[in-house]
Amino acid sequence: MEVGMRKWLLAIGVALGLSALAQTGKLEIFSWWAGDEGPALEALIRLYKQKYPGVEVINATVTGGAGVNAKAVLKTRMLGGDPPDTFQVHAGQELIGTWVVADRMEDLTSLFRQGGWLQAFPKGLIDLLSYKRGIWSVPVNIHRSNVMWYIPAKLKEWGVTPPKTWAEFLATCQTLKRKGLEAPLALGENWTQQHLWESVALATLGADGWNNLWSGKLKFTDPKAVAVWETFGKVLDCANKDAAGLSWQQAVDRVVQGKAAFNIMGDWAAGYMSTTLKLKPGVDFAWAPSPGTQGIFMMLSDSFGLPKGAKNRQNAINWLKLVGSKEGQDTFNPLKGSISARLDSDPAKYNAYGQAAMKDWKSNRIVGSLVHGAVAPESFMSQFGTVMEIFLQSRNPQAAANAAQAIANQVGLGR
Amino acid sequence: MRDRIVAFLVLLPSLVAVGIFVYGFIGQNLWVSLTDWGKNPAQALALRPELHFVGLENYRELFTGFVDVRFRQSVVNLIFFTLFFMGGSLGLGLLLAMALDRGPKGEGLFRTVFLFPMALSFVVTGTIWRWLLQPQGGINVLPTLFGLLPFHFPWLTTRQQTWVFDWNQLPFYTALAVGLTLLYVAWKAHQEGERKRLFWSLLSSGVLLVWAFTLGRTTHLLPYPEPHGFSLALVGVILAAVWQMSGYTMALYLAGLRGIPVEVLEAAKVDGASEWQTYRHVILPLLAPITLSAMIVLGHIALKIFDLIFAMAGLDYAPTDVPAIYMYLLAFRGNQFAKGAAIGILLLLLVALVVIPYLVSQLRKEVRR
Repeated sequence: MEVGMRKWLLAIGVALGLSALAQTGKLEIFSWWAGDEGPALEALIRLYKQKYPGVEVINATVTGGAGVNAKAVLKTRMLGGDPPDTFQVHAGQELIGTWVVADRMEDLTSLFRQGGWLQAFPKGLIDLLSYKRGIWSVPVNIHRSNVMWYIPAKLKEWGVTPPKTWAEFLATCQTLKRKGLEAPLALGENWTQQHLWESVALATLGADGWNNLWSGKLKFTDPKAVAVWETFGKVLDCANKDAAGLSWQQAVDRVVQGKAAFNIMGDWAAGYMSTTLKLKPGVDFAWAPSPGTQGIFMMLSDSFGLPKGAKNRQNAINWLKLVGSKEGQDTFNPLKGSISARLDSDPAKYNAYGQAAMKDWKSNRIVGSLVHGAVAPESFMSQFGTVMEIFLQSRNPQAAANAAQAIANQVGLGR
Repeated sequence: MRDRIVAFLVLLPSLVAVGIFVYGFIGQNLWVSLTDWGKNPAQALALRPELHFVGLENYRELFTGFVDVRFRQSVVNLIFFTLFFMGGSLGLGLLLAMALDRGPKGEGLFRTVFLFPMALSFVVTGTIWRWLLQPQGGINVLPTLFGLLPFHFPWLTTRQQTWVFDWNQLPFYTALAVGLTLLYVAWKAHQEGERKRLFWSLLSSGVLLVWAFTLGRTTHLLPYPEPHGFSLALVGVILAAVWQMSGYTMALYLAGLRGIPVEVLEAAKVDGASEWQTYRHVILPLLAPITLSAMIVLGHIALKIFDLIFAMAGLDYAPTDVPAIYMYLLAFRGNQFAKGAAIGILLLLLVALVVIPYLVSQLRKEVRR
């Protein structure tokens, strides 16, 4: 029955020349969105099926936060010459440094022109997606990395205000320690420590210095860059000693329970606190840009690209058109807990945190995140964990800076 | 003759399959480890990557390169892990087997209970023990059940190291260890009156020891000191691994103990041997072959360990790193396929070091029979 219906619709579609209905075949979407993030992707897929009912969508997910497992699976598939029709990838260097330089992706500039996306997305974002006069993926969402979370009621109780610079932060930390708070900053496992590092680095170097670091103009061994590690070390002294054993959610829990005052985490923490912990954004919990980064939006973005040799190319292009559209983005992002990458999205669909982030997205200077794949290729990123381990073991800023520069030279950062 | 042809034909499919899928790929892996795959990002994940032969460069970088410090710590971790895991599993397994051998009440139940952890996968074991080893719960609050103060050891999250040594002294210590082992072999040969073996082992041991104390002290792998040591975070991992595998050694030992002829034990008793003497001079020597095969099995598990640590501490925590984890990180996160392949080959060599002497000795035994 179902099949018969579809054939009929198809015939009518062809007869009427409706290209959308005539579209048949399959579309394989490869991503790591399962579990909590699954519903957002499924909503987007439903929307796609409404528009292209003749297409069978294969939702190929490989679970694991930030795509740790999915990326390995994708690499073996691509090396074996079996690319999915489209795949999720962190926008920026994680895509460019791995797939674009290896000549495995199609240039999507014409898609951006047709959709008017060159105006719809902010220029700072387009710059991060571009390489050698091409634009290589369509961003579906935006998260912010440099956010500091706290509980206003608790801060009032302790008599402190959210610090505006890292110097202020360290002073506040001492005050809180005197009041008996053992670890004013809540910190989790290795990658959350790198996440904290990028906020400290952005504050210390400024937006230009940060960008110069990734273009190779500023060396990691420059005294300015070494100073990042010095501040970072002092900030770590304010954090819990059992960090390595905590997930990022457990670190947020420490703040919510009043065992710590602050946590630096991406704005998926807002989703965790409002959806899972049922706290009211702006009332039960609040946020500020991480110290010293006011006016700068350190972004990361999930995006979809078009690999060369995709078996269902036209279906994949239609998917990318939907992903970049206002309708697609406003369907996906409220469920995902992120904001739309577009400047014209509808604020009414988002919660209090989302609306605040959208305002900053439009007005702030945009830079990319290191830990989440925007500014450095995977070959650097994966070894930055080693740099962090060297620092945590030795607490020696110069040693960490030397190691970072050695890796940057080895992978040809900025070239 | 016809039998032989039939046997060959029957074996042929599996020979071909093993030849391609095991030895062929080992060969390919060896080739990859000698190339620069991953050095140039434009080639790393190209559809047909262009590879260039670079010789042993990847291996050199792993042992003496500045940025691969994590690999060196992972090797040190692996060695300590293997030693303690094997020692713990063998010791605990033997104790349990000896206790059960006395036929206590409910022996069948205890046997099942002790053997049961082996039925779990390392991932399950790792997850359970990660919970048990949380700093503020599990094992650490155990003493409060008896009205004592809780422990404060942070188990998996500690960064402390003991027995710290400088990586530059590795050639010295290696030569020393091998030299002393050879000296022991020489002593054994002397006792058994095998003059040829005595001569050669004494000679090579002497050369190694002389080298260690002369050139070995000044041979430096790195231009700066690099401390490595036993990470205390591994203690928790070792606990979990011993918990899982000691039941297995218990089963092996129990079978061995039950297999010792009663006549031998009675003869020892008649000769007036005390219980301790019976164990020391009769039972343990008879169990030696079992210890050897248990060591082989445990040893290769330890050298290939990945899943247990993945589940307990994750991939990103260097204090519990082992080469298998670093290999995964390099190859599948960092796109450094050649270096990953080099680690794979090193692991293969390590396992071969454990397994091949065993296989050779087994083969010899069979031929003798």
